[in-house]
Amino acid sequence: MATARVVIVGAGPAGVRCAETLLAAGIKPILIDENRRDGGQIYRRQPQGFTRDYTTLYGSEAAKARDLHESFDRLRGAIDYRPDTLVWNLTPGQLCCASQGRHSTVDYDALILCTGATDRLMPIEGWQLAGTYSLGGAQIALKNQAVSIGHRVVFMGSGPLLYLVASQYVKAGAEVAAVLDTSPLSLRLKALPKLLARPGLLFTGIKLLAQLYRARVAVHLGIKPLQVMGDAANGVGGVRFTAGNGRTVTVQADAVALGYHLRPETQLGDLAGCTMAFDQASSQWWLATDDAGRTSVKGVYAAGDGSKIRGADAAEHAGRLVALALLEDLQQPVDAGLRDEQQQALAVMDQFRLGLAQAFPWPSEQAKALPDSAIVCRCEMISAGELRRTVNEKGACEVNRAKAFSRVGMGRCQGRYCSQAGAEVIAAEAGVPVQEVGRQRGQAPVKPLSMLTEEVSS
Amino acid sequence: MSVQKADVVIVGGGLMGSATAFFLRRRGQSVILLERDQIGQYASGVNFGNVRRQGRFLGQLALANRSWELWKRLPELIDDDLEFIPSGHMRVCYREDEVAELEAYAAAPEAAQLDLKIYRGAELHRRFGFLGPDVKGGSYAPHDGHANPRLAAPAFARAAIRLGAQIEERTEVAEVQKVGADFHVTTTDGRQFQAAQLLITAGAWGQKLSAQFGEPVPLDTHGPQMAVTEPVPYALPTVIGVYTKIPEEVIYFRQIPRGNIVIGGGYRSKPDMLNRRAYVEPRSIINQINQMRRLLPGVGNLNIIRVWSGIEGYLPDSLPVMGPSGTVDGLFYAFGFCGHGFQLGPGVGDVMAELLGTGSTSTPIESFSITRFALPAEQRSQAS
Repeated sequence: MATARVVIVGAGPAGVRCAETLLAAGIKPILIDENRRDGGQIYRRQPQGFTRDYTTLYGSEAAKARDLHESFDRLRGAIDYRPDTLVWNLTPGQLCCASQGRHSTVDYDALILCTGATDRLMPIEGWQLAGTYSLGGAQIALKNQAVSIGHRVVFMGSGPLLYLVASQYVKAGAEVAAVLDTSPLSLRLKALPKLLARPGLLFTGIKLLAQLYRARVAVHLGIKPLQVMGDAANGVGGVRFTAGNGRTVTVQADAVALGYHLRPETQLGDLAGCTMAFDQASSQWWLATDDAGRTSVKGVYAAGDGSKIRGADAAEHAGRLVALALLEDLQQPVDAGLRDEQQQALAVMDQFRLGLAQAFPWPSEQAKALPDSAIVCRCEMISAGELRRTVNEKGACEVNRAKAFSRVGMGRCQGRYCSQAGAEVIAAEAGVPVQEVGRQRGQAPVKPLSMLTEEVSS
Repeated sequence: MSVQKADVVIVGGGLMGSATAFFLRRRGQSVILLERDQIGQYASGVNFGNVRRQGRFLGQLALANRSWELWKRLPELIDDDLEFIPSGHMRVCYREDEVAELEAYAAAPEAAQLDLKIYRGAELHRRFGFLGPDVKGGSYAPHDGHANPRLAAPAFARAAIRLGAQIEERTEVAEVQKVGADFHVTTTDGRQFQAAQLLITAGAWGQKLSAQFGEPVPLDTHGPQMAVTEPVPYALPTVIGVYTKIPEEVIYFRQIPRGNIVIGGGYRSKPDMLNRRAYVEPRSIINQINQMRRLLPGVGNLNIIRVWSGIEGYLPDSLPVMGPSGTVDGLFYAFGFCGHGFQLGPGVGDVMAELLGTGSTSTPIESFSITRFALPAEQRSQAS
């Protein structure tokens, strides 16, 4: 099967390293990417004509970003690269693509999903007000267009991205009103042994924190979010929270960025029929794969944060490793040394991932404490109270059933931003562990599909 | 294990089974409903949501009218809101000869209660200015409308439970036998149920059970193809559907007050009956997008945000199987509604409850009898 049609979805760290490894073995993949340029979210390249240098754009990660971009620039002419193309659906052996208003299909023998991740969000009263962003959204605004989400910004949530984005805003000259972390210091100390698996990265994290303190940014640990304040006319006016010492504190701001680390973009794998697994450490579902990235469906592979949240460095290793797994399945010779190197690196990163999950846990208890009036599903504007009523009055203790009755997860985002929190609300109300209420099934289109889309022969 | 007994055992918890359970309880009959998965999961919960009478087989309008009377009373009747809006239904066509067919339908005595009005030419485009120029005419049914199918069967089931019905979800029937005057139903988890009357409302799986009683029917399964747009301001209260003989031209849509436009029609998919999953065919969505732009040109500015399918049972004459068994006393059927059962649901429940309770019904349903598929006696004895 030397002429196997191999398609990679996603041109971030995993997808680029995967394409590079396949090309080195003589396989020319099709690389489809939703973005206009390569690099994924983390190493997102600025639009043509923007001239910020690597250090300004990527800070401590500048060298890695440059390396990935240069690798891609070398590959680009040798592979079939299709940017600005959304894979909105698939059937066995065929992808459905939409690009600039045109629809086409792409046949594949092997599919490698390097679809990346999006923000993992927990609702809070008032988070539907204009001026509330996700941490990733706040970062993209800065990275892509050099724009701040507000004049005076609060960063709230937990996880490494909280500190990274806040420090990037400080560095860019924005006013950071406060950094509010729901995780207490004690958990970070407990997680230290695991975090020490990657001392360099741990040190980078500590440096980010030091930068924030140096810039006199108020950093609060172990807080409980209470409310995004403001009104419909003026949007966000501030944030109210319970500080670690139990006192209620209010911070004035005109924008707030929220997030609790990341969730994998698993829709294509789900549509392909891949088995999903519940990860206890991060308390979320992701694609079940073997160590090399083979899913339960023959010919479908996954790598990077789209399969397992381990960060950008791990994504590069996983991208190479999944390419080697595919080569092996195609009965091609595989460089065992290269494979072992990736596996060893990933073992260390797995350890670090567990440390992060322990240090910055997903705040499931917040779902239980959420007032009935708080909006859970921002697209459809469904409150926690309405969702709870479907559990209590209509017996919907499974997320797809609760979605059918309440519409939570039926809107434009297709549950990306609300389904995990919705599952927590349902589980808390039903009094069962969250994995027992299931997960929202993926439904096409993966992202909204324009009704102006015209079919073209492929 | 003890045997649970009732006057009636119903197999299949879609809208037909749930509504029948509800109306049986109102008549004081005891009832046990067995559902293999969840109430309203396969066809009842995923259809378009048309509460439409016009366009039906004329011999079905009496049943549809009876159902419409119940739809109008629904919030009070079952103490639940199914989002039913009698906002009007418009059946449009692209050809002059089709307008003549719509006129003939509107003139039929059976359709009198529908108050149909034919629109064509300038009058049509004045009244429905949003329709594309290809639309030549249409038949407007002022009393028809739409409702939310996701809510319907579960709401009837809850109402039935409140009246004392026993509903067992995730309960799969393994074996059914008639022993003396009673039906003995054994489930895969080993429970036993008994009743003098048995009603099969198992939708796309109905013929598996009817065949066991020597009454096989040529039932086929299809997955409807549904899509929904993002919300836009509520401006299109009328349900619009295209009347045509060309399959890919079949398209219908309704806007809900929340703003989303629900779209159905076109190609159907073949469900995976083993895993009980039905998929939307991508070509079907692309076709719907094309057809929608022809029917409602302004829709091009919107996005499709979600698509879905389900599992429906179809019979070759596009009519359901409904009524008593031709071979076994006490056995009744109501399945295979060929993609147009949603509007009929409450009426079917009411009629079946009447039929089971009294032995007859005032609504004509003879055309739907399973005996229309009966094999000659000698073949039947060979088959069994």
